[in-house]
Amino acid sequence: MSGPIHIQPGETFTLNVGPQHPATHGVLRVKMEMDGEYIVKAETVLGYIHRMHELMGENRTYPQVLPNLSRLDYLGALGYTHAHVLAVERAAGIEVPERAEYIRAITVELNRIASHLFWFGAFVMDLGGFTPLMYAIEDREYILDMLEAVTGSRLTYCYYRFGGLYNDIDDDFIDAAKAFIPRMRRQLKKYDALVTGNIIFEKRLKDIGPISAEMCRKYGASGPVARGAGIDFDVRKNEPYSVYSEFDFDVPVYHECDSLARYMVRMDEMEQSLRIIEQGLEKLPDGPIMPKKKPKLIKPPKGDYYQAVETARGSFGIRIVSDGTKNAYRFKLRSPTYSNMSLFDEACEGMMIMDALAMMGSLDLVIPEIDR
Amino acid sequence: MIKDTVRQALQDLFPDPEPVIEEPVVEAAEGDEADGDKKKPAKKKEEPRVNGVLERDHAEHGYDIDVQLEPGELLAAIMILDKAGFFIEAVTGVDWIKEDQLEAVYDFSRYDFDVCRVVIRTRTPRSNPIIPTISKIYPGANWHERETHDFFGIKFDGHPHLIPLLLPEDADFHPLLKDFKP
Repeated sequence: MSGPIHIQPGETFTLNVGPQHPATHGVLRVKMEMDGEYIVKAETVLGYIHRMHELMGENRTYPQVLPNLSRLDYLGALGYTHAHVLAVERAAGIEVPERAEYIRAITVELNRIASHLFWFGAFVMDLGGFTPLMYAIEDREYILDMLEAVTGSRLTYCYYRFGGLYNDIDDDFIDAAKAFIPRMRRQLKKYDALVTGNIIFEKRLKDIGPISAEMCRKYGASGPVARGAGIDFDVRKNEPYSVYSEFDFDVPVYHECDSLARYMVRMDEMEQSLRIIEQGLEKLPDGPIMPKKKPKLIKPPKGDYYQAVETARGSFGIRIVSDGTKNAYRFKLRSPTYSNMSLFDEACEGMMIMDALAMMGSLDLVIPEIDR
Repeated sequence: MIKDTVRQALQDLFPDPEPVIEEPVVEAAEGDEADGDKKKPAKKKEEPRVNGVLERDHAEHGYDIDVQLEPGELLAAIMILDKAGFFIEAVTGVDWIKEDQLEAVYDFSRYDFDVCRVVIRTRTPRSNPIIPTISKIYPGANWHERETHDFFGIKFDGHPHLIPLLLPEDADFHPLLKDFKP
């Protein structure tokens, strides 16, 4: 050692967060210019898990590309496959039986809770609390078991089909879901008591990581990030698809614009998803799960179609440009975390690094979905 | 209704109201949906789309207003949307190799119950694709334009940092071009 290193006032150094770093929850890299503990400038570097799903969408037929969609976001995969089947159904004009739509809504909401639960555990773990992750994983396990029984897979589902579903739900699933709802409500109360009021937790999040409504608009943020900034926007309500207009549920909105507001939105959303599942099970109509008449080969007529859905992370959109053949001419995926993450560079300027990492956690990042 | 005001404002960009004709493709698609799975698109002779504002059926296409304009008018149109409180959904491209053109597609929507999705398209020659950047109005377009540059090679004039985003930093190929060979 040749003595202490003296950093001149105003002198900065570069810090690499990632590509392999526990706080980024995947292979994401943020190049930060630091002045001591403070971030002067940040630049996100993407592409470490880029797989070019959009080109695969052009090279494969519409059914063949369906499993790709669940590889985007492995935590809330059903929402993404839902978007694809809805987009193709819109383009090709395929009718969906009501029972199938209800089952889709129930399973998507279950998947949303599973995704939020995992985020909850990982987020609190980012802030130094390990125990809640164990509770969250246990609850999530119930959902994964239920979904495994009907879909055949635990994470990367390929359950929906154009026009309906792969198979019908059985009584076991309905019983398990009915038992799960009161259990989850009790657990949510427990989480609230365990985490929400915690003084360390609050000091790390309250008034920290501001993302304003105007910033959301300029960057196209959606989902809990936008709703934590006081924007009442949920595709399920604003532009209802599937059978969401039949359900009575609220969209939690918080106006504080801080990391805590984004946390609160997701915690409240789980309760709303439970309400949707409850109503869905109650109203579940009998009938077929696949339409009687369905084209053997899916060839949507020429045109440009767009479909947006609300996934666990925000508004996910698919654009299909069809040239009338069995492959898409252009297959564009608009992923919510991509837009949510793009505002991070600007939002974290001037913040302390641990606050910025807490804010990054509150964005709920899934990197394969950003990189696609 | 925001749809009508925005439509009117965008329409003002086009001095000549004549180009607003319904595209034959749309009619084909509508007639097609009526008879379910018998999906042989009605063969009509194809005409390249003229610039102008089209109103689309939201249930059928998923968006409401579809605008095609020259790259020079792009910023004016984006400013109209910015003033009307739209948020940027995505920017992407389409390679129309038969027409020897690249198309940039801009998606906009609003945080509102008065749903209005706007699609703005602009075309540029394939040999020298240059489109002005909108990242000065919508900073969120920064990444989207970098991605579009990665995939299609469209140069966004005035972009502050047009280097590969998703592709490797030394990538000199554009995988979504129709003549791309891996």
